[in-house]
Amino acid sequence: MSALHFLKGVARTPRGAVSAAVLAVVIACALFAGFLAPYDYAIQNLPGANTPPGAAHWMGTDEFGRDLLSRIIYGARTSLSVAITAISISVVAGMTLGAMAGYFGGIFDRVVTAVVDLTWSFPEILIALILIAIIGTGTTSIIIAIAVAYLAQFTRLTRAQVMALRSETYIEATVNLGAGHAHVIFRHLLPNAITPVIVAGMLATGDAIILEATLGFFGLGAQPPIPSWGAMMSSGTAQIFIAPWIILFPGAAIAVTVIAINLFGDALIDALDIRNRLREV
Amino acid sequence: MALLTVTGLGVTIGTVSPLDGVSFKARRGEILGLVGESGSGKSLTAMALMGLLGRIGGRVSAGSIQFDGQELTTLDEPAYRRLRGKRIAMISQNPMTSLDPLVQIGAQIDQVSRLHLGLSKPAAKARSIELMQQLRIPDAATLHGAYPHQLSGGMKQRIVIAMALAADPDLIIADEPTTALDVTIQAQIIQIMVDLVRERGLALILITHDMGVVAQACDRVVVLYAGRVAETDTTEALFAQPHHPYSASLIACIPAHDQAAGTLSGIPGTVPGVANYPAGCRFHPRCDRALAVCAEMAPPITALPTGSVACHLYGANA
Repeated sequence: MSALHFLKGVARTPRGAVSAAVLAVVIACALFAGFLAPYDYAIQNLPGANTPPGAAHWMGTDEFGRDLLSRIIYGARTSLSVAITAISISVVAGMTLGAMAGYFGGIFDRVVTAVVDLTWSFPEILIALILIAIIGTGTTSIIIAIAVAYLAQFTRLTRAQVMALRSETYIEATVNLGAGHAHVIFRHLLPNAITPVIVAGMLATGDAIILEATLGFFGLGAQPPIPSWGAMMSSGTAQIFIAPWIILFPGAAIAVTVIAINLFGDALIDALDIRNRLREV
Repeated sequence: MALLTVTGLGVTIGTVSPLDGVSFKARRGEILGLVGESGSGKSLTAMALMGLLGRIGGRVSAGSIQFDGQELTTLDEPAYRRLRGKRIAMISQNPMTSLDPLVQIGAQIDQVSRLHLGLSKPAAKARSIELMQQLRIPDAATLHGAYPHQLSGGMKQRIVIAMALAADPDLIIADEPTTALDVTIQAQIIQIMVDLVRERGLALILITHDMGVVAQACDRVVVLYAGRVAETDTTEALFAQPHHPYSASLIACIPAHDQAAGTLSGIPGTVPGVANYPAGCRFHPRCDRALAVCAEMAPPITALPTGSVACHLYGANA
């Protein structure tokens, strides 16, 4: 029952196959942007500004005459790297906190649960904005902000899993044979709790891409000239009646990527048969 | 000298005392049966011996547990953790759920010897395979890398036994080790455990409600009823002549192979809940030989040639 086995199961459904193909293209753009982009993302060509889509520029150019397709391909790198890094940090920190809270219980559990429920009651964007207001703008800042914004979700999910697993006979049997806390948590509890957390992380990556784009739209994320889909849309608002493609194509890139992630995550949930275990979030 | 001496053990959970004045001894090379119906305190006794009462919010409220000259009731948790698995191991009831589904079975056995004996990975693996062979697991080297779902119930229970044996403990507590298995496998597993005790000089406490298993395996028997010891004796003496009416009823419940259909016997009534143990002898409401005194006074303990019984029928009042 390897991961590959499940991925094959996912790819066999139409929804899984299409979303996996789209994701593969987006990931390829992010990884090989330098080879795939027809132009440099930063070279301006003012006489060629606001060129409509055509043979030379498939998606047209922006208000500085930069090739939109190239910027969208490089933008995939910004979006994905920010979202994936942030969610990875969030998953690791959330699993640690949640496992400890669920395993040890007591005052530690109550404090963690109280803080997590408090952050859970605010929208993620608000938490991210508050954090950015404190630590400042830039790529590192929005990674931290997004990681903290989603921390509550993974902490809650892991805690619920661990609490359910803690009373399993094999966990008790391990304790009966003299195993210490670290061994029980890392060798037995987390491996059994990880599947739904990974899938929740996958779905949260889609949300994080939207959050990153939103923060980019406000100009809080990656700073120019580094392309970010959100920032590109923001600059497109000024040209919306002159050159609507500037806002349309990055918007479409975000929509397609996020829909693909959600469909893929959904197919993964069915393949792993964990819909019930995810209901905790 | 006995390896384990339990004297007057009492356990309290919240406001109730489900275990009261339990005494018995376990010796090396001997199998001690702990029998009784559900709710008689068998598993609770096991948890008390393993220092695991905290898990259910209970504590030892009276008595002592002497293990190899060491008092266990006052032991702190880190010291207890070094004892569990290494000197006292436990085999739990259900082999189907006692193994982590995501860890290879061999690795689960390895873990124990690596933890307690400090063995290296290859040394632990070699030891585990040897243990698996001793437990008559076919093709042990290949099965070392198998996952629990690939094994049958009987094989899984052997793995669980191998885990218990991995650090070479002195005392093994088996809590209904064969309840979840079918009869033929049951007999095999019991035989394996009997052989282990004889070969290695282990002390085994076998918790069961199956008098057939007791007759097959145990050297001595402790009959528990509602948290107290009703009778303790050698298996031979107990089956030849049970003194306590409860022991007699338990033995009478074993179906004989020539018994007519539809004539299974039982003991009328049920074990009282811990919150409403009757006064006097706790068995008296179900006892067909109860005297007037049984409802008033807890029975005294009377010595027998090879054991003892707690019943008014044999005391000074009889």
